[in-house]
Amino acid sequence: MTSKHQFIETKYFTFDELTLENGESISPVTIAYETYGQLDAQKANAVLILHALSGDAHAAGFHEGEKDPGWWDSMIGPGKAFDTDKYFVICSNVLGGCKGSTGPSSINAKTGKPYALDFPLITIADMVNCQKRLIDHLGIEQLLSVVGGSMGGMQVLSWMVNHPKSIRSAIPIATTAKHSPQQIAFNEAGRLAVMADPNWNRGYYYEGQPPDKGLAVARMVGHITYMSDVSMAEKFGRQKKWPSQGEKFTADFEVEGYLRYRGDNFVKRFDANTYLYITKAMDHFDGFYGKPVQDAFGHVQAKVMVIAFKSDWLYPAYQSQEIVKACKIAGLETSYCEVESTYGHDAFLLEIEEETHLIQHFLKKVLNINMR
Amino acid sequence: MAAFDDNIRPDHRIILEWVRENSLVLDLGCGSGELLDLLIKQKKARGHGIEISVDEIYKCVAKALNVLHGDIENGLADYKDQSFDYVILNQSLQQIRHVDRVLQDALRVGKKVVVGFPNFVYYRARMQILFGGKTPVNAALPYQWYETPNLHFLSILDFIEYCREKDITIVQQSFLGAERKVHLLPNVFAQTGIFLITKTVSR
Repeated sequence: MTSKHQFIETKYFTFDELTLENGESISPVTIAYETYGQLDAQKANAVLILHALSGDAHAAGFHEGEKDPGWWDSMIGPGKAFDTDKYFVICSNVLGGCKGSTGPSSINAKTGKPYALDFPLITIADMVNCQKRLIDHLGIEQLLSVVGGSMGGMQVLSWMVNHPKSIRSAIPIATTAKHSPQQIAFNEAGRLAVMADPNWNRGYYYEGQPPDKGLAVARMVGHITYMSDVSMAEKFGRQKKWPSQGEKFTADFEVEGYLRYRGDNFVKRFDANTYLYITKAMDHFDGFYGKPVQDAFGHVQAKVMVIAFKSDWLYPAYQSQEIVKACKIAGLETSYCEVESTYGHDAFLLEIEEETHLIQHFLKKVLNINMR
Repeated sequence: MAAFDDNIRPDHRIILEWVRENSLVLDLGCGSGELLDLLIKQKKARGHGIEISVDEIYKCVAKALNVLHGDIENGLADYKDQSFDYVILNQSLQQIRHVDRVLQDALRVGKKVVVGFPNFVYYRARMQILFGGKTPVNAALPYQWYETPNLHFLSILDFIEYCREKDITIVQQSFLGAERKVHLLPNVFAQTGIFLITKTVSR
């Protein structure tokens, strides 16, 4: 980059065909990605950032004409946790996504129309296999680190297990090796809200009205699970919106208005079918691939930093500790920290100071070991 | 009087003498990672710590150490038998609820175990009880009764007797007074006892 104020542009990488875990294939596949910083001569300083359910390739910096930076801009940039003066940072939109990568809203080459439900069911490992193709395309043999929170953390685990030689370190944050019934239940409530919207039309809505109402409710449910009792009380209290709008069932409380706002905003930028496909991929994910915890990471080689947050009840710390347990038994060099926070699951996007401290030192250590 | 000539804590110096080079170590209750850091730098040790305080975790991470956030009581079960050359319980034993269980587990997981603890019957403590009529407070036991993290108040003699009863071999032992090593009547004159123990027979 020549200037700090240079705008970021999303790039696209297309390859012929991807064979999925379930044996089906998608052809062709496009992956949207962004990069920040410079790849060094040895191609040894690349860090891959993996986004969560509603994220995209735009992790940092500004797109031209946009007011808001990328979703993890507080962590990526010169002097930040992922210091772009030192590291070459990559972030791509997942397979199945709706922000430039091939997904259910993309045009199916066979029909000339959006895939809709003709899109095959995908897995977290399928997403990761696409990222591996992207890394190969960029000429990177081994990543310095893979890092992500929530669903991004699941992709981190998939990298560890499925591509052990391609990574030097891994940072799974606020995540789990597998969804609990509670997590599946919340996702199912969201999916049913989408599918209950008459506009959903069994997934074939691209020529008509999208199921915005259903997707907004799904997002509302999501937002409730991302916050904590304390963070909601602090943010909204029982504050009422004023004046009352005269109708009976309006958004009387601040929290109601907030959830409606977040829901309505979400549908402007997100595809309902992507929501269905990706939440299914999360629910079916098993980072231990059916193995008992003592065999799960047998061939994993990465150095690992696991981070959880105290008030995160959606991805509670015990799930991170299960990952740590697998690392311990496998004899991996591992650090684990349960960061104090009242933000709930959202903490991984908000507890910047603590995460920066942990990640900065961890990455420095991994990089120094490389140098020797 | 400068009985110890550098900045290394006296108990850490003793442990550094005992631990062989290139060992795999597990430091239970590693605090800010001072000892672990020394073991890695001076003894080429590998390994990690377990620590309950998040602030100490941050300090360990800043020293580039591997550290797991959690309590000692539940932290040992996951490790395979004899997977460490040394398990270290320095100044943490007296704060563990189920001491016997943790020690037995440490002896299972580690080929050798380092145990360091404050001697509750150090002569000044005895005098504080006898003449002051109060719970002792001194350099090795710096806490008031209402704020102490210590759950167990043991003596050097107690520990030696425990080892005898449980068939644990004491490989090394060292005793520290206020300023220097103590050789005479350690149960009276030592503030701190440090032991290297093992369960494996013959070495």
